[in-house]
Amino acid sequence: MAERFRARSLAAALAVALLTATSLAAKEAAPEAADPALESRMTRITSELRCLVCQNQTIADSNAALAVDLRRETRELLSQGKSDTEVVDYMTARYGDFVLYRPPLKPTTALLWFGPAAMLLGGALVLVVVVRRRTRLAADAFEPDEYEDEK
Amino acid sequence: MKRLWFLIPLFAFFALAAILAVGLKRDPREVPSPLIDKPAPKFALTTLADPAKTIRLEDMRGKVWMLNVWASWCVACREEHPVLLEFSKKKVVPIYGLDYKDERADAQGWLARFGNPYDASLVDADGRVGIDFGVYGVPETFVIDGNGVIRLKHIGPLTPEVLADKIEPLLKKLDG
Repeated sequence: MAERFRARSLAAALAVALLTATSLAAKEAAPEAADPALESRMTRITSELRCLVCQNQTIADSNAALAVDLRRETRELLSQGKSDTEVVDYMTARYGDFVLYRPPLKPTTALLWFGPAAMLLGGALVLVVVVRRRTRLAADAFEPDEYEDEK
Repeated sequence: MKRLWFLIPLFAFFALAAILAVGLKRDPREVPSPLIDKPAPKFALTTLADPAKTIRLEDMRGKVWMLNVWASWCVACREEHPVLLEFSKKKVVPIYGLDYKDERADAQGWLARFGNPYDASLVDADGRVGIDFGVYGVPETFVIDGNGVIRLKHIGPLTPEVLADKIEPLLKKLDG
């Protein structure tokens, strides 16, 4: 019992330590804009945009110098009263559709959008055809080690 | 004919493997710029040599010029530098530097130490003009024509091959 109590208090202490650590870290990355509403809008927009330096991170996530600058630009554009789409247009005008984690539907991106669904449908179609053909076969077609077209 | 149907998955596999192999060979860092064949973004920046002198995009009208984005903190620029220096001696095109997010003193020291290939360098201390040009990896090089339209963008260090195969033919075409 005492053992378990000790383990619990240890876990609690650890949790407290972790919480303090994360809140310290959070303080370090404190929002730069005074306006929290603007800041959260900025974060929402930039978390849909790809950072060009660390390509698997969003601009909101990345600590690359360019991402920091682009967050600053976004903040500035928003405080000038620009809409979300205007900010996104600003980014794509400079870096192309590549920055969008949700690329627009265009002839060049059709394969990207519909490719997986087309492959799934194709696979399902093949499956249906094969299963249908096999249900029509006589039972003796399913002898072991025999190909269906060798019957 | 029907006998060969069992080969279809094999061919499908090879087709997929070929597509993926091509994908592996391509450099995902080379993002095509939407700025090609678009007017260059406007700028007004002071020169590195003289903080009192400002160069604007409009000042460059009527001539083909090259904009090379560099910084004293950029390792790849150092690799590119001798190539650019050699190219600048040919005097085929005015070369302007965009000193991206750099300290003036560091940049001046860098040019003094390694040589200056630039007709002038523009100081982009906060990186705003760099953003307007869609710069994301220094060094980058642009060729801008007499109408102020961006004709070429090269990402990464210039090499003798890039200059000979991409840039010089374009310059010839623009001059002719």
